[in-house]
Amino acid sequence: MSAVSVYVPRDASAVALDADGVAAEIGRQARERGVAVRIVRNGSRGLSWLEPLVEVASPEGRVAYGPVGTADVANLFEAGFLAGAPHRLSLGPIDQHPYLKSQQRVTFARVGVIDPVSVAEYVAYDGFQGLREALQTSPVDIVRVVTESGLRGRGGAAFPTGIKWKTVLEQAAPQKYIACNADEGDSGTFADRMLMEGDPFQLIEGMTIAGLAVGATQGYIYLRVEYPHAHRVLGEALAAARRTGFLGQNIMGSGAHFDIDVRLGAGAYICGEETSMLESLEGRRGEVRVRPPLPAIKGLFGMPTVVNNVITLASVPAILHKGAEAYRQLGSGKSRGTLPIQLAGNLKHAGLVERAFGLTLRELLYDYGGGSASGRPLRAVQIGGPLGAYVPASQFDTVVDYETLSGIGALLGHGGIVAFDDTVDMARMARYAMAFCAHESCGKCTPCRIGSTRGVEVIDRIVAGTDREQNLALLNDLCETMVHGSLCGLGGMTPFPVQSALKYFPEDFLPQSPVASR
Amino acid sequence: MFDTQPSREEILALITPLKDQPGPLLVMLHAIQTQAGYVPASVIPVLADELNLSRAEVQGVVSFYHHFRDRPPARVRIEVCRAESCQALHGDRLAAHVEQRTQLRFGESSADGSVSLHPVYCLGLCSASPALMIDGAVHARVTPERFDELLAQAEAKP
Ligand SMILES: Cc1cc2nc3c(=O)[nH]c(=O)nc-3n(C[C@H](O)[C@H](O)[C@H](O)COP(=O)(O)O)c2cc1C
Ligand code: SF4
Ligand code: FES
Repeated sequence: MSAVSVYVPRDASAVALDADGVAAEIGRQARERGVAVRIVRNGSRGLSWLEPLVEVASPEGRVAYGPVGTADVANLFEAGFLAGAPHRLSLGPIDQHPYLKSQQRVTFARVGVIDPVSVAEYVAYDGFQGLREALQTSPVDIVRVVTESGLRGRGGAAFPTGIKWKTVLEQAAPQKYIACNADEGDSGTFADRMLMEGDPFQLIEGMTIAGLAVGATQGYIYLRVEYPHAHRVLGEALAAARRTGFLGQNIMGSGAHFDIDVRLGAGAYICGEETSMLESLEGRRGEVRVRPPLPAIKGLFGMPTVVNNVITLASVPAILHKGAEAYRQLGSGKSRGTLPIQLAGNLKHAGLVERAFGLTLRELLYDYGGGSASGRPLRAVQIGGPLGAYVPASQFDTVVDYETLSGIGALLGHGGIVAFDDTVDMARMARYAMAFCAHESCGKCTPCRIGSTRGVEVIDRIVAGTDREQNLALLNDLCETMVHGSLCGLGGMTPFPVQSALKYFPEDFLPQSPVASR
Repeated sequence: MFDTQPSREEILALITPLKDQPGPLLVMLHAIQTQAGYVPASVIPVLADELNLSRAEVQGVVSFYHHFRDRPPARVRIEVCRAESCQALHGDRLAAHVEQRTQLRFGESSADGSVSLHPVYCLGLCSASPALMIDGAVHARVTPERFDELLAQAEAKP
């Protein structure tokens, strides 16, 4: 009998729930029982509450079991899971799982499906088709396709990707660079990590296409040091891509050249800001640069540089392969294509949901998220990381796209949604926002560096009931000064979570707060 | 790991192969910390000489980044996520438990160098909060009881 393929994710979220232990136990028991298994360490499907989620390739397709602990393994063998037999942990054919079935996976189409470091599997699932297309397309036309797709940067600022590329293409320079922003510092976000751990070739392919489009031969992935698993997968994938002629000299026999190095960050949130990231890539303190010049004109080592987020770059291969129109057809308003939404915090079914823009918060939080994990009512969500506004339950019918969210004073950022139940103390969350800013400030502007520390003190006084009216006015002034007097979004946007908390949850800032947890 | 402050030769052996990389200081600091467990003070003048920088510039880079440490790590290094998603699932309670259990505040090391406790701000495990790392290994959906088990395992390691 040929070996049965068993999939156990190597994604950090599964590993953090003992997927390595489960994989080892499956291997051990298979040997003991004399049955042949081929254990594949895939990415995660993004159904986090079911991790470690183990799949078996059966004649009827991939059948899933989860969450599997090492203690369940013997029992799974006895029940006949290698033949896809039913078991207490059965989830059925994974493709039919309602959480996945209704998704529109474009960028995450292969994540959780293939062996992330197998070039052969990547190619078998449409891999390198976009690159093949790009190698037969002029730089101007590649840029045009990306522009027409409507793709906007997924790192936070939502700038049209094609326009950025066009600027870099138009510069005459001895060297240009593609700098992939894999700093993913926003709390509540993990799409970059999942993509790098689950389908790294797609990022490599996207960066290579970007290189062909603008005339760059060197790329860097600036990866946060908190992602050691992604680091390992990227290392394996880059080596495999070079070995098979998809990266390095003479890509796919075309004569074109492009290579990629991974550079590690060092635990500084601000290094996700693009100019700070460039400073860090150059080996310096990650202090934000004054713009202009734009990185597209004078970026890494003073050369024209495309700075794009992981998901932005990973979206490009499918656009080149399937065409701009296929991507553009998806979405709502000026938000085109799909968005990998990351559901986090107090939700029963936290995980990754990729859908065309257009769902409401309520659909995401309840239809996918299943409501709170605690069983208590949801009270607020924070969207877009630590600089994102808090949105109260009364606004859960808001559509999650760039324009609609900014219409209610919120922002989408990198697409992370963190849910809180009614035990959350919003004054405490506001205080945390200020404290985080103080901790992570690069120190260049006074409102950010000093204002944030003052903000913590002022919130403490408000909550203590000391000179309440005066301190509320002071907090407001402080926020205004930070918004207008900061060079970058850290100081400039920290007021968003603070002011939204104050606006929608003023009762939490009273000395006798009604909040259950106080 | 180096047993003592590394010699100039040991440092050069580590960093010379990296000299051809553009903007190599951070890459070198990572190599040193990976090897030594920390960035010993003795490397600062060597790096400054090799890269034509002032000592203050090198020191300035080291101190900017939370990741680099100037003394050897504790035997068990605990990093607890304090960011929003983990807070939403009562990470504060877990953090308080960890402090109480280790008798340390965040940022402290025990006097005998056995355990240190640090905050981190998101490990990208927010769909399985609360999360923490012990000696670089990630753990998600951690309860106080689970933490006690993990700590006992880490302390039992040779
Ligand atoms: C404080 C701050 C932190 C940021 N962190 C990240 C990050 O971790 N990852 C990211 O891709 N973009 C981050 N950005 C946005 C980048 O500055 C930049 O807009 C982005 O990398 C451009 O790529 P995109 O157009 O593909 O989104 C951050 C911005 C600010 C102001
Ligand atoms: S706002 Fe803060 S982080 Fe941004 S440049 Fe100014 S001091 Fe640095
Ligand atoms: S907020 Fe704790 S892992 Fe992301």
